[in-house]
Amino acid sequence: MSILQNPLGIHATALKLREQRIGVLASNIANVDTPNYKARDIDFSSVMATTESNNMRTSHGRHIGVSNYQALQGDSMIKYRMPSSASLDGNTVEVNTENSLFTENSMRYQATNTFLNNRIKGVMSALRGE
Amino acid sequence: MSMLTALKISSSAMTAQMVRMNTTASNLANMDVVGTTSEQAYRAKKPIFKTVMETHTNSNFEASVKVNGIHVSDRANTKRYDPQNPAANDDGYVFMSNVNSIEEMVDMTNASRSYQTNVEVMNATKKMMMATLQLGK
Repeated sequence: MSILQNPLGIHATALKLREQRIGVLASNIANVDTPNYKARDIDFSSVMATTESNNMRTSHGRHIGVSNYQALQGDSMIKYRMPSSASLDGNTVEVNTENSLFTENSMRYQATNTFLNNRIKGVMSALRGE
Repeated sequence: MSMLTALKISSSAMTAQMVRMNTTASNLANMDVVGTTSEQAYRAKKPIFKTVMETHTNSNFEASVKVNGIHVSDRANTKRYDPQNPAANDDGYVFMSNVNSIEEMVDMTNASRSYQTNVEVMNATKKMMMATLQLGK
């Protein structure tokens, strides 16, 4: 696939998924004191793998492709986290874990942002032909 | 959009923690309030947190938090012999509040830590949103 047909590549899907993960991790951190709340997370690599295999190729101009985006809508990608120690109120959020994952996720989000930026710059310079 | 929801979730948590802080403040302020009967004495209050699923999207994994009510402690009020006290009953006893100051201090520290964490989440989310808004510039 040429860079002009799909200028953003896999990074657009990755950004969308990173963004959804922010919501999940923010929920965990918000509910740190709620009894019986179970911490959840998105397994990034496995969801990315399914979106790649679900990405239907079209061989004719009138075919309707299934976009990566639709694969990201289901609840199946959400998994419950296994806590390293149980708490009496049934809450499985561990603030340190959630905090470090949130930071990691935002670093990776910024990396994806940089990739996207470079892609856009590449396309722009190709279009200008300077 | 998921990131705006993240801001909403963090703000709901901050509101909830603020309610917790307020109940702690009330409890500590009323710690020395005495009553003639057990019913008149102050009883410690505690907020009850509950998870609320965000339903505006078709994927239900974003959960904010709300205060589902205030629980009034049913721990027995201790009785103290103090016949000089104007609130003393016929036998010379007053009823103390059932606030445990150590418990309240721990609660206060916890609430302020949780509040801080949510502020940090909000800041990080804002930075990420700004970076995306600048995309391609």
